[in-house]
Amino acid sequence: MNKAEDKKKLKQDIIALIITIIATIFLLYTFPSKRAVVLTTSWKFFFEMVSILPAVMILMGLFAVFVPNDLIIKHLGETAGLKAILLGILLGTLPTGPLYVAFPMASALLKKGARISCIVAFLSAWACIKIPQEMVELQFLGFKFMIARLILTVFFVIIMSLIIEKFVKYQTV
Amino acid sequence: MNSTALIINGLTLLCLIFAFKKDRQKAKKALKIALKASLRMAPMVIMVILIIGLMLGFIPKVTIARIVGEKAGLKGIIVVAFVGAILHIPSLISFPLAASLLKSGASITSVAVFITTLTMIGIVTLPLEIRELGKKLALLRNGFSFIIAIIIGLIMGAIL
Repeated sequence: MNKAEDKKKLKQDIIALIITIIATIFLLYTFPSKRAVVLTTSWKFFFEMVSILPAVMILMGLFAVFVPNDLIIKHLGETAGLKAILLGILLGTLPTGPLYVAFPMASALLKKGARISCIVAFLSAWACIKIPQEMVELQFLGFKFMIARLILTVFFVIIMSLIIEKFVKYQTV
Repeated sequence: MNSTALIINGLTLLCLIFAFKKDRQKAKKALKIALKASLRMAPMVIMVILIIGLMLGFIPKVTIARIVGEKAGLKGIIVVAFVGAILHIPSLISFPLAASLLKSGASITSVAVFITTLTMIGIVTLPLEIRELGKKLALLRNGFSFIIAIIIGLIMGAIL
């Protein structure tokens, strides 16, 4: 996604926010009895968000600067075996940015001849189990939820990567 | 501030001190990136927080429980999985949203499925994924992610 597209997306976000604010004001004005519960709930979530979001954003910034993308491509492109899948998951948890940032990286890995399973594991970890993301999950959903989902996700991502690799191989032959 | 937030902030502070010691220039750049990303995400965060307030205030628990609660069954789970796959919101914001759903009567299974499909599957970004990785790999990845999201959710519902 380039800069112009991102600007357009930001504009859409702001318009959506304005619509939400207008709707909120309208609803709270029409139903005064709901005012207290809506405002305290929103305030509580706002406070919880503000107490961790700056830290999470700084961590993501640090990852972005100290773990550059080409370093990841280099390491993943050169590893083989089951180690490649595990490394794919591990490295996928580090970088920042939405999934569409990872596609070009995965494409570069594909061209470098990395294992399909490694690429799938990398993409899945990037999407689902990034470290800053896990912290927000911990804050809002608790330790048990976070750790259970983390372990299950790693387990099933490994299985999924191996299955997809088989599929792709059989179909290309 | 709860203990989770304290630990996260402490850890971040340590990383930041370490980063500044290692390379001042890079650390400053990281802070700049963080500030930019925060501002970029701010409208979405405020919007979701307002929506959470409205949802908990206006939609009765029974209604939410009927759609995504324990009794909604497999149909409810599949609906949640599709909603997660279609929605295109930053994953960081999905957690407070998920927490509010849980509070208002959604089942653990549907919340876990929602987070997993929301993060792993992108219908909106699928054309881009196909262009970069090819049709076969992109469709297989999204399809299998849908299945494992439901499996993960069902197991989580059973054990938690």
